[in-house]
This record gives sequence, C-alpha cells and structure tokens, in this order.
Amino acid sequence: MFKCSMESLNSVFAKISANAELYIPADNCDGKAVYTKWAEGVELSNQLNTVKSPKDFFFPQVEDMMAFKVEGKNIELIDIRKAQEDFVVFGVRACDVKAFEVLDNVFLVDPVDSYYAERREHGIIISVACGRPSETCFCQTFGIDAANPGGDITVWYADGNAYWQSNTEKGEKLLASLGLESCDSAAVDAEKAKIANIMKKLPLAELKADAFGGGKTMELFNRPEWKALSESCLGCGTCTFVCPTCQCYDVKEFNTGKGVVRFRCWDSCMYSDFTKCAHGNPRLSQVERFRQRFMHKLVYYPENNNGLFGCVGCGRCLAKCPISMNIVKVMKTLGGNA
Amino acid sequence: MNARNEALIPHIAVITDVRLDTPDIKTFRVVTPDGKKAFDHRPGQCAMLSIPGVGEAMFSITSSPTNTEYMEFSIKKCGCVTEWLHQAEVGQQITIRGPYGNPFPVDTEFAGKNLLFIAGGVALAPLRSVINYVRHYKDRYGKIDIVYGARSKEDLLQYKEIMEEWVNDEGVTVHLTIDREQPEWDGHVGFVPNYVKELGFDTDKTVILCGPPIMIKFTLAGLTELGFEKKQVYTTLELKMKCAIGKCGRCNVGSKYVCKDGPVFRLDELDELPNEY
Repeated sequence: MFKCSMESLNSVFAKISANAELYIPADNCDGKAVYTKWAEGVELSNQLNTVKSPKDFFFPQVEDMMAFKVEGKNIELIDIRKAQEDFVVFGVRACDVKAFEVLDNVFLVDPVDSYYAERREHGIIISVACGRPSETCFCQTFGIDAANPGGDITVWYADGNAYWQSNTEKGEKLLASLGLESCDSAAVDAEKAKIANIMKKLPLAELKADAFGGGKTMELFNRPEWKALSESCLGCGTCTFVCPTCQCYDVKEFNTGKGVVRFRCWDSCMYSDFTKCAHGNPRLSQVERFRQRFMHKLVYYPENNNGLFGCVGCGRCLAKCPISMNIVKVMKTLGGNA
Repeated sequence: MNARNEALIPHIAVITDVRLDTPDIKTFRVVTPDGKKAFDHRPGQCAMLSIPGVGEAMFSITSSPTNTEYMEFSIKKCGCVTEWLHQAEVGQQITIRGPYGNPFPVDTEFAGKNLLFIAGGVALAPLRSVINYVRHYKDRYGKIDIVYGARSKEDLLQYKEIMEEWVNDEGVTVHLTIDREQPEWDGHVGFVPNYVKELGFDTDKTVILCGPPIMIKFTLAGLTELGFEKKQVYTTLELKMKCAIGKCGRCNVGSKYVCKDGPVFRLDELDELPNEY
C-alpha cells in the first residue's frame, strides 16, 4: 500500500496525465460533478458521485461506427476507427466499478463488441472508497462493498491522506510509476470499518433483492402492481441515461454530404418506438415498457448472468426521476420488504 | 484490425436479380461483388441487410443452404428499408452481415420425422429455406405436407416454384388455400387454421408453423384439437432488431433474445416466456 497527502494529489494527477489522458470528477459551471479531463487547475469534486455514470468511457452516448461512400449503385465501406490511446479514470465509486462487470457480460461475450473491447483494454480504473455514502445508496443490496470498490487501483481517503492499492497488473504498473510513499494499512482498515458502520445506518440498508433473480419471470411478470407503479411514468428515459448498467442502443445513419456515417447512440426501453416495427409493437403501453426495464435489471439479466443483478444500487435514478418513481419502490412493492 | 471479422461491420453485396412475387413482395437474389455467396447459413437463419443512408434491418434467408451460388430474400414492402429495396434495380449494391440466430433443427429433431409446414402470407419466406432443404435431402425425412394460404392467388409467394417443383415431388403434398373465392382459382378457399383442421392430420408429424400472430393462435388451437402437443410445433419470431448479436437490447422476450436465442422456438419453450411478442 502507498500513500500521498491530499494536498499532493494534484501532483500525482500531473504524473499520471504525463503518460495518459486522465479524467477526474470535477464540478461544472452548474455545480454538477462530471468526469473532466484533468489539466492544471481542474479541481477534484467533493461530491459523492457524478451525474452521469462513467460508462461513457467505454460505451459513449454517441459513437460513429463506420462510414460509407455511395456512388450510383456502388457502396464503399470505410473503416473510420482510430487507434485507442491509454486513458485513466480516477474517482470511480464501487457501484460504478461493478457496473463495468455488468456491461462486460454484455459487450465482451461472443461475438465481442470490438468498439467496447478496445476502450476497455486501454482504460485504467482508479476507484475511490465511499467515505460519505448517501441516503440514496443501496449498493449493499447487491453485495457491493463501498469500502472495497475494486478497479485496477483502489484509493481510500483517511486522515488527510490518499491511500493507494493496486488490484490488477495494469494498476500495479501505473502505481509503481507514481513514486508514492509505501505505508501500512492501519489507516485504511480503520476507514473501512468506519464506512461499514455508516452503511449499516443508511435508510436503504435493509433493502433485499431475495424476491428477484433468474427463474422468477412468470411469477413477477404478471403481477397486477405493475400498473399502479408505472402509472405516472413519463417515459422520459432519464433513468436509463443516468444508469451505469443500461446498455440498450440504437443504430442510425446520417448523410454528411460527402457520405453516410453509421453511428450508434444510447436508446431507452422506456421509449414508445423502442420496439416498434413494421408489423406492430409488442410493448404498446408504458406499463409494458416500465416492466421491461425492471424485469431486465432484476430477473432477465441475472437469469442470463449467473445471478448477477443488472442494478448496482448507485441511486442515480432515485435522485433524478422527475416523478420520483424508481427501482427501490418497485423492489419494495413487488418484493414486499423494507 | 481486420474489419471483415467484426460483428457489426457488414460486407458489401450486390443484387443480381429482382422478382416481383406478389403485388407487395419481391424476391432479391444477392451475391458478393465477385459473384459468390456471401456466407453459409442453416435453414431458418437470418441476415442484416442495409442500404447506407436508409437503414439496416433483419430478414430471413429464404433460399436453402443447399443453394451454394447465391442467397435469396423475399421481402414485403412495409417500411423504410423495404420500400427502398422495392425500388432497387439489378446491380444495386447493399450491405449484408450474418448469419444470425439458431436454425430449425433440420438435422436433429426433424430427422426421420413426417413434417407438416403451415404458413400464411409472407411467412412462407422463412420456411422456404427449410422446405427446400428437406426436399433436397428427402431420404432423411418422412412424408412432407405443406399448408400454405394467402389473401388471394396473387398473394401466394413463390407460386411458380410451388406449382413447378414442390407439387411434383414424390412424398411432398402441397395444400394451398386463399381467403376468398376468385375466378381463376379452383383450389381450396378459406383461412389456414380452418383448412388445417379440415385436413385433419395425423399427430405423428413435427409441425413448422409461421404466420401472423392471429393465424398462429387459431392454427395452434386447431392443432391441439387434432391432438398435437406444443412440443411438436416449431415457429420463428420476428421483433425489432438493431445489432443482431444480443446487445442492443430490444428483441427480448423475457430473458431470451430473438436474434441470438431464436428466432426459432418450440412452442412449449415459448410457453415459458412472457407473452410479449
């Protein structure tokens, strides 16, 4: 384990960014924490987490995939991808680190999504333990430990220092290059105990996912409660856009005047045309679309991924939904707990 | 990086023949620019076709894998991509990627069985590749019955092939029907579900059923009356797709993705999924 003082964190950032682009959570002009490319003067945000999750780093909101040159009846396919450079993301919380695993199970299984894989390969994740988890946090419901967030390197803040520990080969290599002072883990052990204590007292500490998981499709799909739960849903898709695990995307094209670019962009199962096709739409109303989102996170995804849930309890949808509907209310209503 | 091996990156292909099959269905013959078949497939698998600037969509490959020279797609005019394709001429290049999805179990569960194909309208397109495959390897299967219906005689897909080839095959019986009487038609008149019941098939058959949801529903009721079980019946589904590889998230029925876990399902398997297709 290594340490540096909080005051010297900026010089560590400078060292990291000498070799690779570094992104850290920083407050924007609206006071919202967003991942920002580090440069001298960019200050680390004090907020618990960023408005949007860091999934953009591997699965950008909009991404050009390929281009076509169309001349008369002929089409030429143009590979427009650029070689991916190494990059480092600092400040990722335990929930969002786990979300990468959820996304990996989608994009890295055969046939591999090479766009995602290429970025994943070149990205280094430095997580930070949550010293001040908030009332919307429920990562522990899904077995995630906010005190041990994982990633390539984990950082803990304690008694005016940042403590660094590598978890992977990539992380070890980077950490070794930073020239930090070696230390024991006493301060970190105390910090972990402190975090564990706070976690126990969080309002959602007792939320259980036992009523959900693979094999529960028929039991939960036809529950009458979906109607009342979804009644006020606006179908705005905010929950899916701030969600660190939502991975649905659309593929579209636009004519640049010099050719056609095919791109993909985030899509949302909450939207009415998401499943609309020429012969009709299997999810005609918001009840069905709302149900799909939560059934996917809580039943379909775990069924296909050895029980791993598709929600990581980051709480963004709790904070952002304009009508205050969210996965916790769904779990409490259908699971009859807490 | 070899772009050709990437899941989402298509190949260029060219349309070498366009056949007007019915007033709203055309059959397109497709090969690579150097005249070869774009890739091998199994009966019931699909491919993503696109016209850059218009869009990309999933279509069943209607030609049989035993055709090693080209692929065919029977496409009904009903949306952006299909409307564009319908005005395309021979020599037009398009893009193609695939094959996608699980095929019908022609070499396993179907082997040695009497087969009953039931289709309505454009739904003959996905079954044609299976029908021509089992016709090609006829000694591997028992008796083959084909019940096919459409709105009118003009709406029967592949009518020429049916009348010139299928009906002449030994061991193959074709039962055609149209919804309403019309002057030059002396065959059966009536809807597919009723016709299946009238024909009263023995339950020793494996059924391959495809058509609009309403036809499937009533045909299945008829088959059940005749004593068929759901595990004897196979169908193929179609939902909106973008990636075709189980990642874009829109073609799921419960935990199954039609693009990679389907499109072929046995009806008893579908019974275990939510009715959302």
